[in-house]
Amino acid sequence: MNVTWGTLVRLTLLVIAVVVVQIAVVAQIVVFDATADLLPLVALSIGLLAGPVAGATVGFLLGLVADMALLQTLGVSSLLLIGVGYLAGRFREMRDATHKLVPPIGGFLATLGFDAGFALVQFLLGVDSSVSPLVIREALVSAVINGLLAIPVFAAVRAALRSDLIDDLRPRRRPVTRTRVLSQS
Amino acid sequence: MYKKSVRRRRAVLALLVSLSIALLTVYFGESASGGLHAVQRGFLEVMAPLQEGASRALKPVSDLVGWTGDVIDAKSENEDLKQQNEELRAQLAAAQTAERDARQLRGLVGFNESARFPDGHDPVPARVIGRSPTVWYSAITIDKGSDQGVRDDQPVVSGAGLVGRVSDVAPDAARVTLITDHTSGVSAQIVPDGPNGLVKATVGNPNDLILDFVQKGRAVRRGATVVTSGWRSSRLESLFPRGIPVGRVSRVDSDERELYQRVHLKPFADLRELDVVEVLTRNTGAVQNAQASP
Repeated sequence: MNVTWGTLVRLTLLVIAVVVVQIAVVAQIVVFDATADLLPLVALSIGLLAGPVAGATVGFLLGLVADMALLQTLGVSSLLLIGVGYLAGRFREMRDATHKLVPPIGGFLATLGFDAGFALVQFLLGVDSSVSPLVIREALVSAVINGLLAIPVFAAVRAALRSDLIDDLRPRRRPVTRTRVLSQS
Repeated sequence: MYKKSVRRRRAVLALLVSLSIALLTVYFGESASGGLHAVQRGFLEVMAPLQEGASRALKPVSDLVGWTGDVIDAKSENEDLKQQNEELRAQLAAAQTAERDARQLRGLVGFNESARFPDGHDPVPARVIGRSPTVWYSAITIDKGSDQGVRDDQPVVSGAGLVGRVSDVAPDAARVTLITDHTSGVSAQIVPDGPNGLVKATVGNPNDLILDFVQKGRAVRRGATVVTSGWRSSRLESLFPRGIPVGRVSRVDSDERELYQRVHLKPFADLRELDVVEVLTRNTGAVQNAQASP
């Protein structure tokens, strides 16, 4: 990723816009008793597009702004979104991240991991009530919704940061090679 | 070159994780008046206009999605609603009779008919401008704050019943912890003459609250109404005034090994579809009376 002042401004605006839209709009739309969560999707997209350092940094910022705006325990979302962004970036480095199924499957897994991590941290911090098994259903539904949403979110993030990405992820094609016919002799 | 890049990557990761854990530890350890909490309230003050603007601007989008879901749900709910309608009609007739009786009784003991419910409170209407996306923090953000008289721990209601209490206040916005949050506890009683208990949440299921600490052997009728009990002692007073509807009894769990029975409630307020709520602020007259009383 080509980091300039413009990149930092665009990333900051992206983080704030995503958190505002998530809190004010997306979180209020209930589908099958669950809601979508853009935060892990954006951290995932940045990781896939710009690598682990950018993914982890944006994940941290997303979590920090969300926890600040929602008056939640600071650091919880940051910690988990750092993991999402970093792992997505490592995946980009180690595997072919250009496949079309990477964003939806990644979105599903990232959301599931984020929700499971959130639950774990909450249990570590202490939960004062009983917990319904419906939490699991909600996490699964939310992960499926996020898996579907990951495709447009990934495309939107790529469009927003296109000018900053050195090697934009596009499907890799096999190089065309000319082969000689050997069996003519 | 590669090693340098790996070292840099690991250093950034370690720094960010350390920072997050440090924030978590300091935040969790400090009181509500601590530095990080104050920074959060300041940040909410900055973000509230943005949230309000986005909420208003994108309301048609969320309404459209909600409408689509409602149409699908409406078919399955139709039969249930018909049955509920029958029950409500019967309840309305009973309530009107009771109301007439109550009016006569109030006249006898000199109660003022125009006294608002709950006594000593003024309603401050507020719009919901934000919602926590996770089930672990069941909270909403409203567009009214300390400038409009909203204070910590004031009760929040919707047209249907109790919603929660104010848990953090900025000048023009406030956070409301819903009764479905795992930290919430509301003293309540089953009416008309049922037992008292503490309403707790069931994390992940906003349609199921639990009235805990109800002694075994006390009869609890399915369908009975639960309201806030609004207790008051010489020094302390419940955050919630008496008589705010909370929910309806849906089932009762009674385990022989347990000392108490667990009464499950379905809240009256639809806590996932809140657009407008009311904060019940104490009016000054009531505060003075409360301070003057022993």
